[in-house]
Amino acid sequence: MNAVSPAARQNLSVAITGSGGSGAVTTGLILLKAAASTGFYGLMTRSAGPQIRGGESAAMLRFGPERVDCMDDRFDLLLGIDWLNVDRFVDEIPLGPDSLVVGNAAAGDVPEILAAGGARVRSFDFNALAAGVKGGRANMVALGILGSACGLPPAAMEAGVRSVLAEKGDAVVTSSLTCVMAGYDQDMVSVTVAPAPREERGNRWDISGNEACGLGALRGGIRFVAAYPITPASEMLEWMAPRLELLGGSLLQAEDELASVNMIIGASFGGVPSLTATSGPGLSLMVEGMGLAVASETPAVVVDVMRGGPSTGIPTKSEQSDLNLALYGFHGDAPHLVLAPVSIADGAFTTQWAVYLAEHLQTIAIVLSDQALGQSRSVTDEPREPANLLVRRTEHSPVDDYHRYAISDDGISAMTAPGTPGGMYTADGLEHNEKGTPSSMALDHELQMAKRLRKIESFDFGSDWAEIRGEGPLCIVTWGSVSGAVFEAVDRLAATGVDVRVLALRLLAPLRRDALGTALEGVGQLWVVEQNHSGQLYHYLQGAGVLPAGSRSVARPGPLPLRPGEVVDVILDDAGTGEDK
Amino acid sequence: MTVSALKAKDYKSGIKPVWCPGCGHFSVLAAATKALAYLGLPKEQVAVISGIGCSSRLPAYIDSYGFHGVHGRALPVAAGLKAARPDLTVIVAGGDGDGFSIGGNHFLHACRRNMDMTYIVMDNKVYGMTKGQASPTTDPEWSASKMTPHGTGVRRFLPAAIALAAGASFIARGFAGDPSGLTKLLVEAIEHPGFAFLEVLSPCQTFRPEQKDWKNQVHPMGAHPSGDAVEAARAIQADDGMALGVLYADRLPVWQPAYEPRDSLEAIEKEFRV
Repeated sequence: MNAVSPAARQNLSVAITGSGGSGAVTTGLILLKAAASTGFYGLMTRSAGPQIRGGESAAMLRFGPERVDCMDDRFDLLLGIDWLNVDRFVDEIPLGPDSLVVGNAAAGDVPEILAAGGARVRSFDFNALAAGVKGGRANMVALGILGSACGLPPAAMEAGVRSVLAEKGDAVVTSSLTCVMAGYDQDMVSVTVAPAPREERGNRWDISGNEACGLGALRGGIRFVAAYPITPASEMLEWMAPRLELLGGSLLQAEDELASVNMIIGASFGGVPSLTATSGPGLSLMVEGMGLAVASETPAVVVDVMRGGPSTGIPTKSEQSDLNLALYGFHGDAPHLVLAPVSIADGAFTTQWAVYLAEHLQTIAIVLSDQALGQSRSVTDEPREPANLLVRRTEHSPVDDYHRYAISDDGISAMTAPGTPGGMYTADGLEHNEKGTPSSMALDHELQMAKRLRKIESFDFGSDWAEIRGEGPLCIVTWGSVSGAVFEAVDRLAATGVDVRVLALRLLAPLRRDALGTALEGVGQLWVVEQNHSGQLYHYLQGAGVLPAGSRSVARPGPLPLRPGEVVDVILDDAGTGEDK
Repeated sequence: MTVSALKAKDYKSGIKPVWCPGCGHFSVLAAATKALAYLGLPKEQVAVISGIGCSSRLPAYIDSYGFHGVHGRALPVAAGLKAARPDLTVIVAGGDGDGFSIGGNHFLHACRRNMDMTYIVMDNKVYGMTKGQASPTTDPEWSASKMTPHGTGVRRFLPAAIALAAGASFIARGFAGDPSGLTKLLVEAIEHPGFAFLEVLSPCQTFRPEQKDWKNQVHPMGAHPSGDAVEAARAIQADDGMALGVLYADRLPVWQPAYEPRDSLEAIEKEFRV
């Protein structure tokens, strides 16, 4: 146990479970909207088994007056619409003696295992309450009970119901609202721990990580997408397809990932910024095509929404284990870009930046999102955009002797688009000379490899390569979805007088060695925190020689989310004894 | 295009082909440049896309835009390009190994997607660039490859029959030894609205010298099959694989996304505001 308790009760953590079709995720979604309309920030993650119908699912929420970028150590409230297969979620929904478990009397007793930690238990007959309403559903009664337990006003509950269920028609909305109020009127006051209402309501957004990456892509100018369906990336593609059309673009569903990556290379060669999205198994298939993008200097972006691996792994749950593949997966020397958003909303910034960088540097950019970011919703501040627009260097009126792969100081050579008279060339995955003609000569290989490396290494990436907070000799380096838990852990530590600096890397390749060196000045003890089994970031940074002696890897695989308390424990244990482990 | 004064030689890039003397692919290159000149297509409006193999070297030898991609993936590159740039004339070139083995899945889906492009497969029934291995169109008993010393023992892939079953809307077969017939077929293929598959019997002098005899084996398709897929299937299956001409042509729905912006990014962003 760590000595630091969470800051004064500022937010509530709620889990809702049920078998597939019970409406647990919809219930969570409405509760999140209700909290948002009350003025709160919030976060909702979800967990599901592999079944399409009839499996188990859970919605996990946390909301309050301050931004929340990770789940808490424990849940204040667990509500089970039913308890079918709930044992599969026990690890994902930690409860404590202060927790409250609410069960549906119609679905049997609350399982012993849930109350084992001393949590209080209440039961209501959701089904009986719903039975009195025409078209009534147990999950809407549950929603009312939750709203009451969380202290959300009835008007907010109504706003939530309307925003999620309006498309199902008036009858559904009316019966749902009646059920919600039937649940709301149950006596929950004695067990309620409600956050204080929020006075000021800023410009907040309600967005998922998959949507954020899709929006960033559109903001960056992506107008062609080719992709093959895969969990948990499909929602990004489904969100993009109709919106690309609105903007005059298109999405092509490919026959496989080998095709999709080559399709975006073709479209980009045609002058249209292009992207695909996939998950680990698809990224494995795309490695060949990504190498072609590097060699032919064709801009393209691949968003990898990571899931548990290796092989088919755990498709529905999160892990940060594709970093090695993204960094090293190419044959030959293939300089390219690897980025990762540090929060759900940052998916928009990072993907937009990735598009800009890929276009400007004429290479492939891989964006490493994951299931925890992609399939979670965040009520958060409006995502920012990169300060500087970066575009593809083109040539509209080439001189007679146009050289597509001309050697230049910054390594970037102008790229004509088909249709440009006098700019004809053949893009090639074979090594080539400046003209683009295939060449196996040593000098051409040397010059072109140096060009492809130089354009990336010498580029000024500015200050967005990492999110850096705090100072002092203790430091955590992290990346991607676990950054939220790390930032919260550091806030908790700061509240007890332990200052820890954090570097959450947004640009993973090329590694900004100099900037990293500067950011790590004065660090005496360092932890690399990530969610995979082998410490992939840790070994990458060790290989680059940028970590101080004694730096420690804090790595564990998915699918359980990293919780801030875990990070606090590690820092206090290590820093307290002054020993490196 | 009456203003076009471009001749066939104007479409040649001047880069010397890597092909062996006597290779059938020279004839395909000549036919391609003649067809482009005949059609009067502006060079910058043409894109020639390929994968890997002897025949896939074609783009560099034509003075147009080109993409020499990786093995088997020419059709996806072409699909992306055509989807993004419907104004371009897209020609895909490759061989039997590239198109029917490593790229076989893309071939099926390019046929059924029926995008407006031309796919030339120079079929010599051997992997030439890797020095003479059996390809999907090689006869099962051909035992001259060290990798399959007893022959493959596997039945031949039937490109035309499979293209028809997969939904291609234009299927033809030409012969490198009949340059004028080949040019004519190529013009028809380029003009065809939809996916036009042109199989070209293109002898490999180095690894399949016996193909010199193809000139005595080819024969006209004879009666031109209508756009009736059942009739065409019958004729293609009855054929010995050496019949030249158009084997099937029909007007089928062409896949091509429309590009008409109807809204702004600002309007899309509104959905996220609380």
